Amino acid sequence: MQTTHPDPRRPRIVPVGDSAILIELAETVDPAVNAAVLALDAELAALALPGVVELLPTYRSLLVHYDPERVEPEALLARLASLDLAHPTARPEGRLWTVPVAYGGEYGVDLEAVAARHGLSPEEVVALHTAATYRVYMVGFVPGFTYLGGLDPRLHTPRREDPRPRTPAGSVSIGGVQAGIASLEIPSGWHLLGRTPVRTFDPERTPPFLLEPGDRVRFRPIDPANFAELDRRAAAHDPLIAPEEEPRAAPEPEPQA
Amino acid sequence: MTSALLVLRAGSAVTVQDSGRFGYQRLGVSPAGPMDPWSHRLADRLAGNPEGSAGLEIGPGVLELEVRAERVRIGLAGAVRTVTLDGRPRPWWSALSLLQGQRLALGPAATGVWSYLAVRGGIALPPVLGSRSTHTLSRIGGLQGRALRAGDLLPLGEAEVPGDLPDLVLAAPPEPVDGPIRVVLGPQEAWFTEAGLATFLGAAWRVSARSDRMGYRLEGPRIEHARSPNIVSDGIVFGSIQVPGSGQPIVLLADRQTTGGYPKIATVIGADLGRLAQTAPGGSLRFAAADLAGALAARRHARERLEAAVRSLAPIGGGGTLEPAFLLSVNLVSGVTAGEP
Repeated sequence: MQTTHPDPRRPRIVPVGDSAILIELAETVDPAVNAAVLALDAELAALALPGVVELLPTYRSLLVHYDPERVEPEALLARLASLDLAHPTARPEGRLWTVPVAYGGEYGVDLEAVAARHGLSPEEVVALHTAATYRVYMVGFVPGFTYLGGLDPRLHTPRREDPRPRTPAGSVSIGGVQAGIASLEIPSGWHLLGRTPVRTFDPERTPPFLLEPGDRVRFRPIDPANFAELDRRAAAHDPLIAPEEEPRAAPEPEPQA
Repeated sequence: MTSALLVLRAGSAVTVQDSGRFGYQRLGVSPAGPMDPWSHRLADRLAGNPEGSAGLEIGPGVLELEVRAERVRIGLAGAVRTVTLDGRPRPWWSALSLLQGQRLALGPAATGVWSYLAVRGGIALPPVLGSRSTHTLSRIGGLQGRALRAGDLLPLGEAEVPGDLPDLVLAAPPEPVDGPIRVVLGPQEAWFTEAGLATFLGAAWRVSARSDRMGYRLEGPRIEHARSPNIVSDGIVFGSIQVPGSGQPIVLLADRQTTGGYPKIATVIGADLGRLAQTAPGGSLRFAAADLAGALAARRHARERLEAAVRSLAPIGGGGTLEPAFLLSVNLVSGVTAGEP
């Protein structure tokens, strides 16, 4: 049986059925691991290996989807194993976005409960949530759902025991050590702190997506009157936000999930 | 007038599907596409389309259409149903020409779940992110990102349908394959005990009523985890079998989420995906472990079965087999393979 604690310098490379190969760098949530995943993702994309359909980077692994009628899977496995994975090429810096959020009330129905749980005031929760700069670890589950790391440890909150069958599109939430931005109305067990008028996914907008893995995110509080106005613009396919340029510091380790 | 099909009546699970939406899984976009890719391909070949064209996937319920075009050519494959054209019975596993104003009625699936109706030229709805496949959860693709209902008008791509094209039927449709659903173990098989793996491979599993295009929940003995039933989320493929804390496996299918946080005990091989998807709720199935070489051999065999079925096309009501030149002329032997799952 394969080891389950791969050495990051020697990733575990295994077939996933007959249409994908998993390259697992680690089993942890760690910005350095995620940076290595994204570097590997960029390197493989640049190689444009024949038969590779698409690459799916996640927190700590890269899934290589291939077409078995266009490439011999054993040959692809060997090719991936021969890559110098220990020294992935540095990746261009992620972009920095500032996302407007209406906190509390009807926009964030769990704000007060989260505050009470941690012995904080709602204002303090908002201050902690907006003070951090988050890393986009992954976009997944549904189009545009953005998984963020970098939540202040004072806000780490176990997921709800009874997930809600529906949470509104645009929900800005926290679950465990993570923070997130929902693109669509989805079921969720995360705690809803607020809502953003920004559509992280809008198929009728160019571009349809805004935030990508490796990007950085900050939140900015807005009042409900502002929300309504911005929401009208977003409904007309205005992206509302644009990335800022700023040099990026080396990733800091953070607590594990 | 634009060529179209008018939906007169539709069960709850009729959607437009092509081979799937690839290239955006990194941004959370599910590929969607057909539940039974082999039957979807066969329907395209019968209609004279490249494999992977946009056609209709029909869930367990019925479908009735009216032709709003001078002449259309359709292919029917997958779960077998009764077919009537203006009330007159026609065969399943067939390539049929339909004329302006004619009404096609498909009954509920007799066995299996998913049937495919391909129409020559494809359904010409606007692609979203490069695909016409419907993903209802994301509300994208197909017609307004939703299942079809009465009154919907489906525009058709341009296609030539000669007036002398005979109606055809497969003399030798793909034979049902028995035996367990084959899986490649992993990638998180180490998150289960030896007993848990033995339970997974040894038990008979019942397909739950709580099953849909996103995934089939299976009911049976509890699969024992060796470690926590939560992993740091990683990628999902068509056929990933995840086992949450309940110990009851869930096979993730066409509308699967792109990533998931439960350990995956195994992955269904590509050749057997359609067979699994055609097991209706209440039906039972077993799994057997295969290696990558075995999975690839099974895939080649599935391709050969499809090609053999296409070669058996013959005029309805007998009349012998068709000349290769004729088959070429109706574009049946020049199918393009695209978008393999």
